[in-house]
Amino acid sequence: MKATVLVRPKPGILDPQGEAVESALGHLGFSVADARVGKVIDLEVEAADAAEARTQVERMCEQLLANPLIESYEVEIGG
Amino acid sequence: MASPQPRIGVVSYPGSQDDRDALWALAALDAEAVPVWHDEPELPDLDAVVLPGGFSYGDYLRCGAIARFSPATAATCEFAAAGGLVLGICNGFQVLCEAGLLPGILLRNESLRFVCRDVELTVERDDLPFTARCRPAQRLVIPVKHGDGRYLPPPGLDPRQVVLRYVDNPNGSVDDVAGVCNEAGNVMGLMPHPEHAVDPLLGSDDGAFLLASLVDAARDRVLAAA
Repeated sequence: MKATVLVRPKPGILDPQGEAVESALGHLGFSVADARVGKVIDLEVEAADAAEARTQVERMCEQLLANPLIESYEVEIGG
Repeated sequence: MASPQPRIGVVSYPGSQDDRDALWALAALDAEAVPVWHDEPELPDLDAVVLPGGFSYGDYLRCGAIARFSPATAATCEFAAAGGLVLGICNGFQVLCEAGLLPGILLRNESLRFVCRDVELTVERDDLPFTARCRPAQRLVIPVKHGDGRYLPPPGLDPRQVVLRYVDNPNGSVDDVAGVCNEAGNVMGLMPHPEHAVDPLLGSDDGAFLLASLVDAARDRVLAAA
């Protein structure tokens, strides 16, 4: 079963990468604000159903894929 | 009787770079420096452990995040839980934070640039096994070399856990923090590299204040056990 994890810097955490991207977009003439850079992790999970896959992937997020001090995550199953 | 040589292990992960410098520096300060391979599920008989700098496991995902799962890290966590002395330098500091042995996390430098230069530090705690040779509020000159050294403490960190601060902050660390310890004071991490500053030929020997303190403390443990 396919799963996708979105990892984002939490609000309030300084994200210099996001600031650099925002500034570069400004140089290209785009008017943007609040750019934040996160990660996408695509996985193929062995699970009986979507609920089990979600439980597994959320455990992965808590143990490794995200650091709760600085990052929030969202899990999408299937698709 | 000659004073005993304490045995201090240095863990080598895939991607560690400063393990040999740490071994050299500890031997120069009269410890028996013991290389420890990351794959070893049990530590040899040691009086202290050093996790060195570098880019363990390519620093993939987050710095130190993968090294945290290596067998030698698990063994180091057990060693620390039993009161053993553990020092993490640079990437080793990042590993100790990811492993939960030290509070907080190290993030990308605010400048997004790798910094590699001597920095001045202020000693905030001179009563730890890692700093006992320092004078109160002593200034130390020790090099940093990192891209991810911006320290972010957890909410409510006890200020007594801050061991070293930058005089001129090179990376955007919150409150200029350069090194922290755990509540018990037997585990410490720092971004600067004391192992690169133990001989005046290298520009500074101030790193020896920290590493020789560790060697002293490890030796005291040998004597206490004898």
